[in-house]
Amino acid sequence: MNAIILSAVFGVVMMLCSFMVKNRNSIKHIASVLLLILLILNIADTYGRTLFLINTYGMLNFDRFGYLFNSIAIGSTFIYVVISGKDIESLGKYAAEYFTLIFFVLCGAALLSSYSNLLTLFLGIEILSIPLYILTGSDKRNMKSNEAALKYFLMGSFSTGVMLMGIALTYGGTGTFSLEVTRTGNGLYKNLASFLEILGLLLLLAALAFKVSAAPFHFWAPDVYDGAPSVFTSFMATIVKAAGFIAFFKLCVVRMTETSGVVDWKLIFAIITFSTLLIGNITAVFQQSVKRMLAYSSIAQAGFMLFALMSLNDVAGEGILFYSVAYSLATIGLFATLVKMKDYTYDGYNGLAKTQPVLAATNTIFLLSLAGIPLTAGFFAKYYMLASVLKTGTYTWLVIAGVLFAAISVYYYFRLIQAMYFKEGNSAVTEEISSSFKTGVILLAALIILIGIFPSLILNWLYF
Amino acid sequence: MIALLLILIPLVSGLVTFLLRSERDAKSWSLFSSILTLAVALAGVYNLFDASQLSYDATWLPSLGTRFSIGLDGMSKMLCLLNAIAYPIVFASVYNNSYRRPNSFYAFMLLMQTGFMGVFLSTDCLLFYFFWELALIPAYFLCSSWGGERRIQVTFKFFIYTFVGSLLMLVGILYLYFKTPDHSFALQSFYHTKLSLTEENFLFWLFFIAFAIKMPIFPFHTWQPDTYEQTTTAVTMILSGVMVKMGLYGVIRWLVPLFPHAAANYSHLVIILCVIGMLYASLIAIRQDDLKRLIAYSSIAHIGLMCAAIFTSQEVGMQGVMIQMFNHGVNIIGLWIVADVIENQLGTRKFSELGGLAQRAPTLAILLMIMALANVALPLTNAFIGEFMMFNGLFRYNIWITAIAMISMILAVVYTLNMVQKIFYGNTTVATDGATDITTGAKLMLIVVVIVVVVLGVYPQPMFQLTNDTVQAVLIKFHP
Repeated sequence: MNAIILSAVFGVVMMLCSFMVKNRNSIKHIASVLLLILLILNIADTYGRTLFLINTYGMLNFDRFGYLFNSIAIGSTFIYVVISGKDIESLGKYAAEYFTLIFFVLCGAALLSSYSNLLTLFLGIEILSIPLYILTGSDKRNMKSNEAALKYFLMGSFSTGVMLMGIALTYGGTGTFSLEVTRTGNGLYKNLASFLEILGLLLLLAALAFKVSAAPFHFWAPDVYDGAPSVFTSFMATIVKAAGFIAFFKLCVVRMTETSGVVDWKLIFAIITFSTLLIGNITAVFQQSVKRMLAYSSIAQAGFMLFALMSLNDVAGEGILFYSVAYSLATIGLFATLVKMKDYTYDGYNGLAKTQPVLAATNTIFLLSLAGIPLTAGFFAKYYMLASVLKTGTYTWLVIAGVLFAAISVYYYFRLIQAMYFKEGNSAVTEEISSSFKTGVILLAALIILIGIFPSLILNWLYF
Repeated sequence: MIALLLILIPLVSGLVTFLLRSERDAKSWSLFSSILTLAVALAGVYNLFDASQLSYDATWLPSLGTRFSIGLDGMSKMLCLLNAIAYPIVFASVYNNSYRRPNSFYAFMLLMQTGFMGVFLSTDCLLFYFFWELALIPAYFLCSSWGGERRIQVTFKFFIYTFVGSLLMLVGILYLYFKTPDHSFALQSFYHTKLSLTEENFLFWLFFIAFAIKMPIFPFHTWQPDTYEQTTTAVTMILSGVMVKMGLYGVIRWLVPLFPHAAANYSHLVIILCVIGMLYASLIAIRQDDLKRLIAYSSIAHIGLMCAAIFTSQEVGMQGVMIQMFNHGVNIIGLWIVADVIENQLGTRKFSELGGLAQRAPTLAILLMIMALANVALPLTNAFIGEFMMFNGLFRYNIWITAIAMISMILAVVYTLNMVQKIFYGNTTVATDGATDITTGAKLMLIVVVIVVVVLGVYPQPMFQLTNDTVQAVLIKFHP
């Protein structure tokens, strides 16, 4: 509860800051302090020390899983703001607005991690999405940013519509909005009810697949990620996407498991997973711009997270949380450096190891983590995903296909390492890299390695 | 403690090397560290401490059922010794070479040694996989940063090849993990897992491809000649001397004991692949004009024989493999030292540009001749014992296959003597005209290698005793 209410309150606080605080430079510090407070209070909440005792009438349900995801989301945002805060600030005149919107997004994410009613799911998705439309278009003078925002908004509202229809149909089928359904199954209308519910669930599936950019609903992602200002692409591709996955996972665990007798959801997810991996990885290979490559790579990584939605067991639950951490941290780090680059193409990174050894070394660790090399967090992320499917004992072919795609992903991730280390060139950064930024990325890289050796640091929170 | 030290010394000293500024410091520090590792390895091999020191076990990730458990048995001792001997030899023989960014170079070399040690020591499958991949990352940087013109593309190919293999192995490991009764990655629980024949057959290939790429076995070998040719010779020594043993080690430690039925089932196919590889590589070696490529192809032929001998499931063949793993490592490093000396001094490795070197560098000629004879497994050299035993095992398995495989022995003589002749005899060329004899450092290292060649050629018994326990353990799995 703390996270939901306080993130909204802090959003308002940031709004007030935009005209109350005279010194522009201090805004990002205020935001990071507020995020830290939010993180601490959410952890307190995890251990039962909530500030607000509100009866939600079954609309929300708080469990360890949701709390841990909130901590992950808030913690990642904190790291993101600490590292990239300066770049957010330099984006426009009214920096406080951006932080306001980020807090609102977190509020949506906190709703998504604890909903137990389809209406709260809808609310969460909307609260999460609307600030994002604005953030995408925040570079007002850039036509590409405007185009991306409009595209995102139109497609996003369309998917929201689909989602609402889905919720309405499932309501028709089950007579309730709540996530858990007690099916009475009285003879006459049983088939019709089941038909309506399945139809509704299919529509919900399409809408949520859109949010997490799973194929074949991924077409918006590359353009929007490419068009949005790079600092916000980082946020969208990581924390927001992870929140979408958590919502999707919670829905699947209850509803898809219950109706698995009627529809072979596993097969549907297997097809979605395979095509997402295929499209994400193959297209990423052909990109010349690192930003666009990262956009496709985020589709490819989403493909890996979809493994969890297919297997829906305890390993999958742990895995999807762990994947969120590993993927978010590495991507935040990569984008933080990308923002500083003059040239976003691979050639723009040529020889970075000579001019900026610290950035090159940390970027290498981030890339190794995304590729899933042991000793980085990304390895255990992939490990959990593969293990979750293998535990079910079916769809082994999909796991093998998955690792082959992971091998393809090495191609485009390592191309960047090659550019930085082995190619000659003078890559240029837009500004002097401050030592605090360097310290930030070094700490982030160290964190990734630490989690890569002891993944239990994260997952123990689920149980103790 | 010994097992832990073998991993910790190269790891810590490797990380320290990154921070060293001057080339001299990096060189001498890494040489010192490698000698220290060698001392520890020797202490382990000669059982200077009681047996409890040979293994180490600590909690790592209890929720996943994996522990940080490492231990030394006969084969591990032998391979750790090889790894520990190889490094000082390599570092000393290239002591006079200078590399760009020397601190990174030596640091990556030592980190790679850490990875190899971990692979040879792990008795937990997830840990094994960890180190298996860890050895690959420094290798990637070493091969891409230092070497010939085409090194970046070639290394990329090498990396993707091996990475595909190891990911497939990861799938196999996870599959097995869910089959273990106590959900653990420990070697012993893997050994005690009951599998159906279909599962064995399927898992066999997941593991085998990973190891086959690493060794490499025909048709997974195409990365190898390019990589050996393009990387700088110090790295090639390590790759061919130690890294390829990871594949053989994996077959003996994991593949065969875990899937004995599948191994027996497919032994025919694997052995035929190996023999095809031996003949194919030997034939190509004859046509090579480049010294490094020739050695690379000859290495494919040798490794093919070793792999074939494992699958014969004969005791004598298996003993031969054990001793030959060590011998091949030492011998090929000797050959690379010669290649490095020639390339550094004359600036070329092409046979067409070499000739008459024996007149200018008589010591080098004598030492190379001994190495070349070891390469064709002449009696009294160490390789003779190993190859004889391996062919013996193969003979007991199938006469016809042995007869065909024997052809590669003849081909080996052809290309090896051809190489010696083209480099050392005939008239001197423009390149070799101004040549002088080798430096003391390289000479000393070559003499060390030659001593090992001769001593193990005459008296191989200690090696057999060292690895006998592993051989028996594996054979029991094969013939229960």
